[in-house]
Amino acid sequence: MATEEASGGLSIHPMDQFIVKPLFGGDTIHWYTPTNVTLWMALAVVCVILLMVMGTRGRAVVPSRAQSVGELVYGFVHKMVEDVAGKDGVKFFPYIMTLFLFILFANTLGLIPMSFTTTSHIAVTAVMAFAVFITVTLVGFIKNGTAFLSLFWVSSAPLPLRPVLAIIELISYFVRPVSHSVRLAGAIMAGHAVMKVFAGFAAVTAVAPLAIGGMVAIYGLELLVAFIQAYVFTILTCVYLKDALHPHH
Amino acid sequence: MATETEGSAYGAAEAASAPGMPQLDFGTFPNQIFWLVVTLVVIYFVLSRVALPRIASVLAERQGTITNDLAAAEELKQKAVEAEEAYNKALADARAEAHRIVAEARAEIQADLDAATARADEAIAERTAESEKRIAEIRESALDGVRSVANDIAQDVVAAMGVTADDAALTAAIETQLKG
Repeated sequence: MATEEASGGLSIHPMDQFIVKPLFGGDTIHWYTPTNVTLWMALAVVCVILLMVMGTRGRAVVPSRAQSVGELVYGFVHKMVEDVAGKDGVKFFPYIMTLFLFILFANTLGLIPMSFTTTSHIAVTAVMAFAVFITVTLVGFIKNGTAFLSLFWVSSAPLPLRPVLAIIELISYFVRPVSHSVRLAGAIMAGHAVMKVFAGFAAVTAVAPLAIGGMVAIYGLELLVAFIQAYVFTILTCVYLKDALHPHH
Repeated sequence: MATETEGSAYGAAEAASAPGMPQLDFGTFPNQIFWLVVTLVVIYFVLSRVALPRIASVLAERQGTITNDLAAAEELKQKAVEAEEAYNKALADARAEAHRIVAEARAEIQADLDAATARADEAIAERTAESEKRIAEIRESALDGVRSVANDIAQDVVAAMGVTADDAALTAAIETQLKG
């Protein structure tokens, strides 16, 4: 590669890890081509099945280790949906659970060295964020009719301020899917890129201990970020759902 | 790779700040979106058809088991309290029964003792009476003996003095002497 020769031995390509490649050779990527995206998403599905289906196979009243982890995740997300979105939000629980488990496993699988992180791509997170946005908007209008628009009309504010606030609320409402998706993709991408940069510097003897120490620290941080970003994406979905179900401030 | 070189060439031409960011390679978007939708649909069906109902039923079952166990424990505790009460009652009953038996035995022995004492008193009284009767008899016979001896001695004394004495007068004199 050109940059490798130019930098003279120190080859840092922090963005190469995000390249989408066909799995079985070839150059063209059609919409159906099995790529590394396919592989790592399939692995996420396998992990979900291992934890939530194989782990709970015993249906034991006194759970095994895998089953208690599965129950823990179930209880965690279920409580979050119930607390944030309310009792009538519980029927959206399987959708929210799907998002949470996919993001969680995609993030953590992405931390395996040499792996590919599907959630670092804006295409992936934007699809999920827009799916949430469209679903929530439709639910809001179906549940409340035009009363859903009262979400933008802050009745507790003084009357002259209300039109201004309405415009701000409207803008913030439409910015939601953008922030929702960029937050996840950005956090994951930045973390992985930083790790790659540290890894590149590890080849230089003088700074190797510092680089490796930094990498270990960043790896720990990234594990935290992997979980927190899944949590944040999920809880924001719940918050948006709450707005759709109960639009009155 | 063609896409990569193409992307980096494009990036270098467009802006040096983002040299070939793979996230902005729109050629891969349909591929990513397609596989994402497949993945999410598969996870959704696995969760909603198998995993979530199973975990929900396990949790409900556990809750039921815990509730049942607590109720059973409460019941057993109640039983233990009842058993203790029954034990205490039985103990009190046994104690009362023992007291009653002791009192009964004591009364019986007392009655036997009283009867024996009465019998013994009776026998003693009988023997005393008999003895007294015999003493009286002996005293009577002794008195008779004394009287006849006195009579004989008096006659002998009178005869020795050379006087014939009247029997009746002698007897009367002796009687007066005996009484005096």
